[in-house]
Formats: sequence, C-alpha cells, structure tokens
Amino acid sequence: MNAAVLVFPGINRERDMARALTLASGRAPAMVWHADAELPADIDLVVVPGGFSYGDYLRCGAIAARAPIMDAVRAFADRGGLVLGVCNGFQILCEAGLLPGALMRNAGLRFICRDAFLRVERSDTPFTQGYNSGQVIRVPVAHGEGNYVADPETIARLEGEGRIVFRYVSPDGVLTPEWNVNGSIYAIAGILNERGNVLGMMPHPENHVEAAMGCTDGRGLFAGLVRHLDGGSG
Amino acid sequence: MKARVFVTLKSGILDPQGKAIEGALKSLGVEGVASVRQGKVFDIELAGDDRARAEAALKEAADRLLANTVIENYQVEIAP
Repeated sequence: MNAAVLVFPGINRERDMARALTLASGRAPAMVWHADAELPADIDLVVVPGGFSYGDYLRCGAIAARAPIMDAVRAFADRGGLVLGVCNGFQILCEAGLLPGALMRNAGLRFICRDAFLRVERSDTPFTQGYNSGQVIRVPVAHGEGNYVADPETIARLEGEGRIVFRYVSPDGVLTPEWNVNGSIYAIAGILNERGNVLGMMPHPENHVEAAMGCTDGRGLFAGLVRHLDGGSG
Repeated sequence: MKARVFVTLKSGILDPQGKAIEGALKSLGVEGVASVRQGKVFDIELAGDDRARAEAALKEAADRLLANTVIENYQVEIAP
C-alpha cells in the first residue's frame, strides 16, 4: 500500500487516518496539501479524511472539492485508482462529482457524536473484503450533515447495482428508524461509485482500530485494502 | 454592477432547518405562516457594465460553486 492522505485547511482527522493506515500497512502515508497540483508518484490509495474543511463555508466540502489537488484525484480515480472519503471526505467526493447525491443536515438537526452500528452489505469490494457480508460493526460518527440524499433514479441505481456498502442498523443488524443516526434515505452510511473504486462513508473507521480506542471493528476496512493492494494471502 | 444570486432547495428535498424555523415562528405567535424553506442570497458586485457578460459569469458562478445543482436551484438578478 502506498497511500496519500489529502489535507485541506480545517481538516482535523488526517492524523487519525494516517495512524490507521500506518498500523494496517506498515507504511506511513504521504500527507498531500490541497494546493498541490499533483499526487506523489505511485500512489495506490487516496484518502480524503474528516474535519471541517474551509469551516464548512458555503456547503460542507464545497470549497475543498474545487481545490487544485482534486483534478489530480479525479484523474487518479478515472484510471481506476482507489479513493476513500470519510465524513467530510465523503462530502467532498459528492461535491466533486466523484460520488452521486449529497449530504445534508441531519434530520434531527443535532450534531451526532457517538458509536453507530453499520451493516456491511457486501464483502466483495476492495474496501470491505476484510469483513463478512452482513456483518455488523461498531464505528463512531461525528457529524451534523450526514443525511444522504439523492434523486429517486440515483437511489434506485445504488440499490439495484449493490452500491450501498454500509447501512445504519441496530446492534443486531436490523434496519429501524431509531438506529438511523441522521435520517439518510435507506439508512445509507456509505456508497460506492459506478466503477467500484471510490467509496464514501460518514462514520470513522480510523477511530476504531486499536484496543485503547475501545473497539477495533474499523480494522477490517484497512486490512482489506492492504490485502487488495498488496495481494497478500487471504 | 450589482447582482443577486438566490439559491434555494429543490422541491422534494426535505428541509428540517426550514421546519424548525416554521415551528419557532408559530411559537412566537406569528400568525398564518403555512410553511418555511430556507435559502441563500449572494450579493455580488461585478466590474464593467456589460449585462450579458455579467449574466454569463453569474450563471457560471452558480453552476460551478454557489449552488449544488444536485439539491439546489438558483436564480440570477442583475440590478437595473
């Protein structure tokens, strides 16, 4: 794995992400500044981390999505490179047109900061091959604008093409309104692009990768990516 | 040249902030408010006095940044 983590003004989870990537792969990622025109050579994973880029001014992720580095990220994704966006990173990828739909204000209007339970809908993606399909994992959320919306055609396509990768569920894996932390349509917590190389998710897997964090359910995402990229034995 | 760009949510997009504002108006006793949806106004000053050029620039600004056309509509008004 040779990862790059993007840093925009106001991002605050880049070091958590770098730590998770280093623990999983044994290699520290490149930290890439938003104003750079190019990604480092031979990158195989770009991660857009969480935070409050540009203070959430205008719309969450709107200004970051138009930063110089994003043209390089777009070209990298067009070549099939893997891109992971977490929280503000998911918002940035939607604003940049790398993922469909938009993230709006949580339905309950409150900033939610607690553990959520996610059902891994499929394990045959580079991002989820460290999990079993249907597995329920506990991952923290910390967001005020995580309410995923898209037009009916887009939602139907996401459902039909199996591109909803994580959903908010109860601890035993059941879809119920009270366990949908932000009111997202179909309890969508994470989606894939058409090609399957770009994933956006609102919860923070990087914050559940060490025992000291109280839970290690997030490890599977990073382990799966390492295995996919490094071709290790399953 | 002065202009305004209004950005509003597309119909069908839920607006919980608008609903909260609606509730607050009711609590204040403001009568007869049936619904509220919240939008944005951008006051923009442009150089020169070519209206057609200004309109094109404002549309580009709205399409490329000011509005997220997945969920928002916009309207451009140039001061007479």
